[in-house]
Amino acid sequence: MASMRDIKRRRGSIASTQQITNAMKLVSTVKLQKTKARAERSKPYFDKMYATVTSMLAKSGPLDHPYLKPQKSQKKAVIVITSNRGLAGGYNNNVIKLITGSDMKKEDLLIYTVGNKGREFFQHRGYTVAADYSEVIENPMFSDAKEICDEVLAKYVAGEIGEICLAYTYFRNTVVHEPTFLQLLPVDIDEADVEAARDNSLMNYEPAEDEALEVIIPKYMTSILYGALVEALASENGARMQAMDSATSNAQEMIDNLTLQYNRARQGSITQELTEIIAGANAIQ
Amino acid sequence: MADDSRFFDLEIITPDRVFWSGKASMLELNTTEGQVGIYKRHIPMTMILEPGIVTIHLEGENKEAAVHTGFIEILPDKITMMAEVAEWPDEIDLNRAREAEQRAERRLQAHDPRIDLSRAELALKKAMVRQQLAKK
Repeated sequence: MASMRDIKRRRGSIASTQQITNAMKLVSTVKLQKTKARAERSKPYFDKMYATVTSMLAKSGPLDHPYLKPQKSQKKAVIVITSNRGLAGGYNNNVIKLITGSDMKKEDLLIYTVGNKGREFFQHRGYTVAADYSEVIENPMFSDAKEICDEVLAKYVAGEIGEICLAYTYFRNTVVHEPTFLQLLPVDIDEADVEAARDNSLMNYEPAEDEALEVIIPKYMTSILYGALVEALASENGARMQAMDSATSNAQEMIDNLTLQYNRARQGSITQELTEIIAGANAIQ
Repeated sequence: MADDSRFFDLEIITPDRVFWSGKASMLELNTTEGQVGIYKRHIPMTMILEPGIVTIHLEGENKEAAVHTGFIEILPDKITMMAEVAEWPDEIDLNRAREAEQRAERRLQAHDPRIDLSRAELALKKAMVRQQLAKK
């Protein structure tokens, strides 16, 4: 059995760890509220954007535009959104698993990372990391999303890559965050939505559809990416809050256990001392 | 017919917020095809925005805002504007806009092949729109 001093020391160290995890939990709760509000504020823009693009496609029918047709190149660009810091439970790993767990070949992938954790992982494993925008994730702005999109889009238009995908964590609510993998280009829109929009497709376009599409598709892509950044940030804080919450309660459990052990040991040593004294007194008589 | 028949629903949405939402009787704005003014019962139309001043005509007063890049969807009784950036006059930093104008002009005059001309032009337009609105 461990000595009283050992148990006391261990309990002390766990208590100070608990203080840290508890503080981190509080910080991420506050951050979560902020980022959640932000994700909600930007929602109308993306919903409207999606609706507009769907109705445009419904109206214009099958267009022979590079943004809409599968490309020849086998290469895939994947934008991976992770966090810069750890201690967020499975948050980063779940996003990374979307790529390592799929049947995509390492050679065909061109990774664009947002977040240090993702960059470290993919660089270490020998994936091609084309560019890194880790500084963005702390406070994503629309212009950041635009910058990333412009660069990836330029490669797409030049024919270097045939597909643009996005891996991020979808923020469903405070407790549920879903790692999501989606295809940005060529545009992959639900047929059912297109059919639904076809009914009221009396829309006119100025300039004409294909020119308007040329302008609106990159905007659509940028808005999805921006939405993903904002949601990933909310998810990160949510995941960290949960991880720190369970760490705090685990620490509490350990402290309780150790306190029990400590008290037993204390009592044990008192009993032993008493027995020794009584035995000693008996021996003198 | 009641007087509110002149009014349509107007929403101006940016990625960060719902910039404006309410009733308006007329909307003036700048598109790639030129300056337009829209009343209620316009035919359905989608247009691409150019940097410019948007004037929202309300009951008895007008509101002005600077809007840069985006598009607008017009339906007979509802107009939705999707702007990447939208600002009220009191949100504009005049000094910053002046500096941006200078910077963009210098870039345009530099004749440097590395400079993206269309981007510099866009920056110049934005800066000019901002100043125009802030000085009013």
